[in-house]
Amino acid sequence: MTATRLKKLALHLAMLVGVLISLFPFYWTAVMATNTTRDMYRTPPKLVFGPELFSNIARVFENIDFMGSLLNTVIVACCTTVLVLFFDSLAAFTFAKYQFPGSRALFGVLLLTFMLPAQLSLIPQFVVMVNIGWVGTIKALIIPASANAFGIFWMRQYIKGAVPDELIAAARLDGAGFFRQYWNVALPVIRPGLAFLGIFTFIGAWNDYAWPLIVLTDPSNVTLQVALSQLNTSHNTDFSMVMAGALLAIAPLVVVFAVFARSFVADAMKGALRG
Amino acid sequence: MTDTRTTPPREAPPGPRPAAGRRRGALRTYWPHYLAISPFYLLFLVFGLVPVLFSLYLAFQHWDGIGDMQFVGLRNFQFLMKDSTFWLSLYNTFVIWIMSTVPMLFLALVVAVLLNSSVRFTSFYRIAYFIPNVTSLVAIAIVFGAVFSTNQGLINAILGWLHIGAVPWLSNEWTIKVVIASLITWQWTGYNAILYLAGLQAIPTEMYEAAKIDGAGPVQTFFRITIPQLRPIILFTVVVSTINGMQTFTEPQVLFGGNASINPNSGGPGQAGLTAILYFYREAFSNNDYGYGAAIAWAVFVVILLFTAINWRLVQRREKGSA
Repeated sequence: MTATRLKKLALHLAMLVGVLISLFPFYWTAVMATNTTRDMYRTPPKLVFGPELFSNIARVFENIDFMGSLLNTVIVACCTTVLVLFFDSLAAFTFAKYQFPGSRALFGVLLLTFMLPAQLSLIPQFVVMVNIGWVGTIKALIIPASANAFGIFWMRQYIKGAVPDELIAAARLDGAGFFRQYWNVALPVIRPGLAFLGIFTFIGAWNDYAWPLIVLTDPSNVTLQVALSQLNTSHNTDFSMVMAGALLAIAPLVVVFAVFARSFVADAMKGALRG
Repeated sequence: MTDTRTTPPREAPPGPRPAAGRRRGALRTYWPHYLAISPFYLLFLVFGLVPVLFSLYLAFQHWDGIGDMQFVGLRNFQFLMKDSTFWLSLYNTFVIWIMSTVPMLFLALVVAVLLNSSVRFTSFYRIAYFIPNVTSLVAIAIVFGAVFSTNQGLINAILGWLHIGAVPWLSNEWTIKVVIASLITWQWTGYNAILYLAGLQAIPTEMYEAAKIDGAGPVQTFFRITIPQLRPIILFTVVVSTINGMQTFTEPQVLFGGNASINPNSGGPGQAGLTAILYFYREAFSNNDYGYGAAIAWAVFVVILLFTAINWRLVQRREKGSA
């Protein structure tokens, strides 16, 4: 059976080439972030890690308010995630388990909102923010994003399968009202679903760029992504420093993803089949 | 609250009912349910629906965002039809979309088929292929800019080592699009592969066994069973890629944001990377021409709808033809 073995080996080789392409930009970011810009200009260029990481990072800290923008990003990503998890799962639980007048029509409206492209509302949303005085504040990033159609839709599908009707019926017999049914019965059961939606939301909020770029008009009070873009615009000759900034922007997410990756990718696949 | 049901009531009994009384009764009975779903609808009203309607109104105004609005009728749209930069940005968007979507979906299918046939390490492969999709686009656009840089980029260093001349990746009309498209392909191939893999795993093995008994070869099996069975997911990925591709913004905005010799929002030398949404951003938020920006946004929305509809029809018909 050497033929099938050879075939398996070729298969894995092909897969590994793909993995290499997938992961190479991360390796290269680290290489550039740990060397000096001059090392990059050399022919042939340096292909391995160097000792300059900390001096590069130090220059990032000198040129942008890294800690401030990191703090903004962490606050935005955490608040958005907590709010989305609460509002989306509560609405999803309601749609998944109860029928009430208008529930079908309201869910239809929710699906229709998927169709509205974000850029249509960018200008007026900005005008709204100007009028309520939220321009330049991270409230403008958190509040509009704190409930979304995708999350409600996804969680509804999940809850339909994960929360047995009998469990809710039993809780009702025990005298639990609607919100108690949600909090005490549904929430503990749907934790895996919440984990997926939470990571998904967190990653999206962390990486968001266009809206923060527009609405955070004070260049000294921005999110990490916008700060990184500023760094690239104003100091693009200092390659290795910009790369150190990029590395710092990527690293936390890769860690978050690595911890939850296994179940996250599996859940993303399940969601695709339902959608 | 005791009469909330987990199982839907059957058809309501026929006969007239006082509508207002019923509505008030429903509110009294079901208020927790309405309260539970209200956050999304309130937020959508304030930050979604009202802004979209307002942008329709804006498209017929001249407004710099500070002074008074001035009704200009169809002037914004008339100007749009004659605006060569707008047409260039649509052309760029379309070319970049083709250059990224075709290889991306093809490679994704190949990866998914390979993943589906290899038994070991699948979860490692899945994660490795998915990671680009969760990576900060701003950071990775900067990295791609560095890799493709004319003077100190890795690609040109390799080309030099192979005694091939340096390619001015970020200043030629076509290579600019190649760089943007390769960035999109890199970030989204794994995502689509995972979706295809989910579809492949859902195909019942009996279908393949039946085909084998009927004497079908691997190629025949692939085109007669695998592709038709994947149809809904292929349709989904094509629609998502169309919507995303037509809204490409961050890649060119970041790639050329550091080029001091040109306007940071011009999409690079010769505006070769100026996508429709980047043009929209420049007109609205950089030039403060909100009325014209709104007109561009609506035009792009119509284009997205059109392309999505066309792709939908194309994929469905082709699948029908081969099934």
